Amino acid sequence: MALPEQDAATVADYPEVEDNSNEKKRQLKNKIFKGIFFGAVLFSLLMLLILLVRIFTQGIGFLNWEFMTSFASRNADEAGIQAAIVGTFWMMVVTAPVAFVLGVGTAVYLEEYAPTNKFTALIQMNISNLAGVPSIVFGLLGLTIFVRELSMGRSVLAGGLTMALLILPIIVVASQEAIRSVPSEMREASFGMGATKWQTMFRIIFPAALPGILTGNILALSRAIGETAPLIMIGALTYIAFLPDNVFSQFTVMPIQIFNWTSRPQEEFHFIAAAGIIVLLAMLLLMNSIAVWIRNKFQQRF
Amino acid sequence: MRMKKGWMALSLAGLMAVSACGGGGEETEEEASGSGEGSGEEAASGEGENEIAIDGSSTVFPIMEAVSEEYQAENPDIRAPIGVSGSGGGFERFIGGETDLSNASRDIEDEEVEQLEEAGIDYIELPLAYDGLSVVVSQENDFIDSLTVEELQTIFMDGEAETWSDVNSEWPDEPIERFSPGTDSGTFDYFVEEVLEDGDISRDAQLSEDDNVLVTGVQSNPNAIAYFGYAYYAENQDSLKIVPIDNGDGPIEPTEETINDGTYEPLSRPLFTYVKTESLQEEHILDYVNFTNENAGELALEVGYINLTDEEYEENAQMIEEAAADAE
Repeated sequence: MALPEQDAATVADYPEVEDNSNEKKRQLKNKIFKGIFFGAVLFSLLMLLILLVRIFTQGIGFLNWEFMTSFASRNADEAGIQAAIVGTFWMMVVTAPVAFVLGVGTAVYLEEYAPTNKFTALIQMNISNLAGVPSIVFGLLGLTIFVRELSMGRSVLAGGLTMALLILPIIVVASQEAIRSVPSEMREASFGMGATKWQTMFRIIFPAALPGILTGNILALSRAIGETAPLIMIGALTYIAFLPDNVFSQFTVMPIQIFNWTSRPQEEFHFIAAAGIIVLLAMLLLMNSIAVWIRNKFQQRF
Repeated sequence: MRMKKGWMALSLAGLMAVSACGGGGEETEEEASGSGEGSGEEAASGEGENEIAIDGSSTVFPIMEAVSEEYQAENPDIRAPIGVSGSGGGFERFIGGETDLSNASRDIEDEEVEQLEEAGIDYIELPLAYDGLSVVVSQENDFIDSLTVEELQTIFMDGEAETWSDVNSEWPDEPIERFSPGTDSGTFDYFVEEVLEDGDISRDAQLSEDDNVLVTGVQSNPNAIAYFGYAYYAENQDSLKIVPIDNGDGPIEPTEETINDGTYEPLSRPLFTYVKTESLQEEHILDYVNFTNENAGELALEVGYINLTDEEYEENAQMIEEAAADAE
């Protein structure tokens, strides 16, 4: 119900006014759509809340130092997630630098150097397509190339490289966006001062785009942390009672461990799975906070 | 124009150098680790001196996890990690010579036997435990007390029964809601082979790879029926009603005794591990396999499966001994 004063004001604002019933209809429509959009927000928030409450109430009791520092076990109360945490960390050590160098390199080339022709357009289109390829396909690729052809075995290295390929398209697209959003005035001013392309790129564009690039990278890495399918494909292990000692070690990661626990018949395993999810969430939250922090810190320079 | 191109080439070269550096870093790491422990590659494929490569069925996994846990507690130097590629995926790796032990929740298929022969890999089959496939309905279901194997077939076979009254005229005229493990699981394969005699499962059946989903599906629905591993029933006894199965000798309920002594049939299925004979030459693998055979029964009970009889484990022990002798 629209307020009468409001009606009057609106009518006054538009001298050639439609009749009053139309006005009511428009106001009603306005409210309905506001309601729909608010409902959409409320629904997703509610789902998230239910999920979080459920996981926290189930898992918090099992979350302690012992859980973080023990290996998996057939007894739920002795089982821990150490091997998976360390495995995830090791994988990131391989994935992050490889994905960063390849991804940002590709983005810089495509944005700054590539000529505008059909070949570039083809590459561009394929990168966008790759971003939508199901992760298990990357798992098959990793299995064929890294595990079998390059005989890396089911190692941290093979897993890390597979993950790097998986998130590469996301990093390329995000970095391209970041580079593109640098105002062309800065670029032109640099050229105008007599700087070369490399100088402009390295000293002007790259620093300006860095916050965006880093944010994209960290968000992509967060995705890699939560992926299970490609790693199961390349044969990451499920039970492992030692920590990786180099990039050729076998390993497991948190999502695999969590998935295994949730599929167990015994209810206690579902609880420690919830505890594992809390650890994973905390890790993701930490990474995303770092992304925000980096963005804010670096942005102050410009 | 010319100059611009020159710079472009130079910058490209620079970029390449940067990526080459990245790659170079990896390489040095590779070398370092390679020289550190003989060959890194070997360690990764489980052929190292203290490694045992095990992969296969997710159903057998809890038993082997328990075995590895206990074994490594006694022998901390030995590394016996376990992968879960599924029975089929495990055999694929076994055929490729990548693993020493391959866990399976079904018999090895003829095709796989052929491929192993081609690859020149000898193996022995060790049954480790039984899983009793349990047929369950909701506790709210008041009309089913037991089912014959034929009735079970009618219920799950495609195109046979739509309502419970189609199976037995005394039962209600309500549609049957079927829940079944997914097609990738050995449980599904075994059920289709033994009960459906390789026929098709009903198209209306809801399949899930996660047995906990089946438990939830059947719990509160009086017209639902499901089958899954004994452990999932044992954990949910309070909310599920077990259906004794009649295979001609009266209805029999799956319990530790009936599964162990083989009277619960045809739904007791054995769980296996396949061992590469050649690997038994390595002392630590032979020791691990013997340890597995000695402890599998007790550990199987702990994780929700049923042990074999003592005689069967003795037969296994003999088989291991002979295979180890042959291998030398």
